[in-house]
Amino acid sequence: MAKFHNEHEPLGGSLLSRTTVVCAILALIAGVLLAKRMVLGLGSVTNLNNGYPWGIWIVYDVVIGTAFACGGYAMAILTYILNKGEYHPMVRPALLASAFGYTLGGISIVFDLGRWWNAWHILVPSYWNSGSVMFEVALCVMAYILVLWIEFSPAMLAKFGLKNSKKKLEKILFVFVALGVLLPSMHQSSLGTLLVVMGYQIHPLWQTPILPLLFLASAITMGFSVVVFEALLGSAGFNRSVRHELPQLAKLARIIQGMMAVYLVVRFGDIIIRGAVGELFTSGVKSLMFWIEIALFATPVALFAKPGNRSSKKFLWIGACCLLLAGALYRLDAFLVAYMTGAGWSYFPSVQELLVTIGIIATEILLYIVFVRKFPVFYTHKLTPAELAAAHEK
Amino acid sequence: MSLKRRSFLKGAAGGGAALATAAVVPAPAQARPNKVMPPQAVGLLYDSTLCVGCKACVAGCKEANGLPVDISTADPLWDTPLDIGPKTFNVIKVYAEGTADTKDQEKNGFAFIKKSCMHCVDPSCVSVCPVTAMTKHPQTGIVEYNPDACIGCRYCVASCPFGVPQSEFDTPTPKIKKCEMCKHRQAEGKIPMCAEVCPTGATIFGPIPALTEEINRRRAMKAGEPNLFERRTVGSGDTHERPAAKYLDHVYGEKEVAGTQFRHMAAVPFVKLGYPELRDQSFASESETIQHTLYQGLMAPAVVLGGLVWAAKRASHVDDEHPEE
Repeated sequence: MAKFHNEHEPLGGSLLSRTTVVCAILALIAGVLLAKRMVLGLGSVTNLNNGYPWGIWIVYDVVIGTAFACGGYAMAILTYILNKGEYHPMVRPALLASAFGYTLGGISIVFDLGRWWNAWHILVPSYWNSGSVMFEVALCVMAYILVLWIEFSPAMLAKFGLKNSKKKLEKILFVFVALGVLLPSMHQSSLGTLLVVMGYQIHPLWQTPILPLLFLASAITMGFSVVVFEALLGSAGFNRSVRHELPQLAKLARIIQGMMAVYLVVRFGDIIIRGAVGELFTSGVKSLMFWIEIALFATPVALFAKPGNRSSKKFLWIGACCLLLAGALYRLDAFLVAYMTGAGWSYFPSVQELLVTIGIIATEILLYIVFVRKFPVFYTHKLTPAELAAAHEK
Repeated sequence: MSLKRRSFLKGAAGGGAALATAAVVPAPAQARPNKVMPPQAVGLLYDSTLCVGCKACVAGCKEANGLPVDISTADPLWDTPLDIGPKTFNVIKVYAEGTADTKDQEKNGFAFIKKSCMHCVDPSCVSVCPVTAMTKHPQTGIVEYNPDACIGCRYCVASCPFGVPQSEFDTPTPKIKKCEMCKHRQAEGKIPMCAEVCPTGATIFGPIPALTEEINRRRAMKAGEPNLFERRTVGSGDTHERPAAKYLDHVYGEKEVAGTQFRHMAAVPFVKLGYPELRDQSFASESETIQHTLYQGLMAPAVVLGGLVWAAKRASHVDDEHPEE
């Protein structure tokens, strides 16, 4: 019968490459700028102001970044909750990317907090405000970062030959797998709820009581898309064949297609019900951004409708990229473009601010490369999908 | 590799469906209503028609709260705050239209307006604060800020419908800055400085019922007829006489977002004076209704977690039976 966990192997190879060196330099630049922020304050590095108190560090590093990091969450739903063992090979790489995405998102929040030395208050019940969406998001994200590393830890324990600890951990791992589905469901939806309280300050094309539903659905789909994206990118970057994974990627494309078709129906239905149809064409840049977003969401829906396209690497790549851009733009629009903060305020991230965000992305890529080369992350495909499914089925 | 239909449905029932239902479907039955005015609530009434734009309240506020000058001109000649901000908790602005000849007139007229914290009955800033740094005093209703609790997430800044709480960005130890109705002066039995120093009684301080009574008295006045207006507080006895303006029936803050403890009377529509048209339902109640529906007592998450644990346990039996490495 199937043996799962020795089916993962480190890719090996040199850590020194043009990609890793460039990433390391970008990470270093970000580090210097973050040091400057710590000494001189947020205003010395960012263009944040009291009209736009949340900038790209929140909207990209946290809101979009954690949605990009939903691969582990989405694959856990499919593999462990819906019990589809055939996807097992794709879980560990997805978990690793999620662990990095969330961890760096969590770290970047600390740099964005004005009074970061008080951040521990989130963990102390006497400070809690249970009605605060931010409180729930903060607590869930902290807990989920921990859960992600626990979920990933079998790979590390295997690497260091701690067989007994690994066995013990795997016996209770299902509890963390369950938490690893619950926690992102909570905070990914709540990232949308964050905006509800802003009321009229968010443009009617985005402001709706179903923001949590729209954020959750798009986050899960972004999770599936990022798995497709990483599988294809990983195969190109590490000279790995994705031949074995193509049938599963095609099925993910089908799921993405179905979910986003429903998403679009709900999105437009909600706009009609709320009587915001007029805003679709009359709000200038906001209307334009809305339609770009919708076009990006609709591309994979149309593209993946044809079964042939779902097994084409090229179309899988295009569809996944469009969906990731769509989800990212949806979040950027909702948090910044749609935010009507009053006359006289404007915000566009400063170069230094952007360099920090770029540095964080570079750090993620760098760590990911180091980990997949040194730790057993990728699947070796010694088992066929049929054997995997059979093992889960029994 | 084909999955049995039954097992797929079981999986969906155990995980996906429960998750989707619990995570996002709001139940209107548990809606949290607007909060109500605290029993000993105090507030401010600003009467735009009495204001002469002297800005004594701006200077007084700065003195009472130890705030620096706020320069907006190329040459630093005067303290010239353009709006409220980290250095200015209270500002007098002007509305001017056309020739701006006549006071308290919408066309070819002008009018003054005061901007500072509205001390909402159901404040967004208090609702959103993750660490209870923003609080509403249970008796007086003053919306207060505690920097020792604050983590600096600036959700209060982003969420306030009036753009009131503002953060400092030019220091590594930033605080949120806003009017706290001179709570330190009130603790000494004094009244907020803006009401204390106002020479025309355009800003007066008092308990909400007294202010409401005064508002109704002014509403009933006949435009142009002489009336007495008190300075500093309702019942101070320090009065001056002048003709009543043609008040709007709309008193800003009576109903907006569940009401505010800072009320405005004017003769020019408030939307012209820079105050947004707002609904009666507080934004905090809408947001908290969603949160409480999903997370009250953590019941829904606990149920979902149960289903997820069951599903994950079922999927993990394979690993148990195949120890390796």
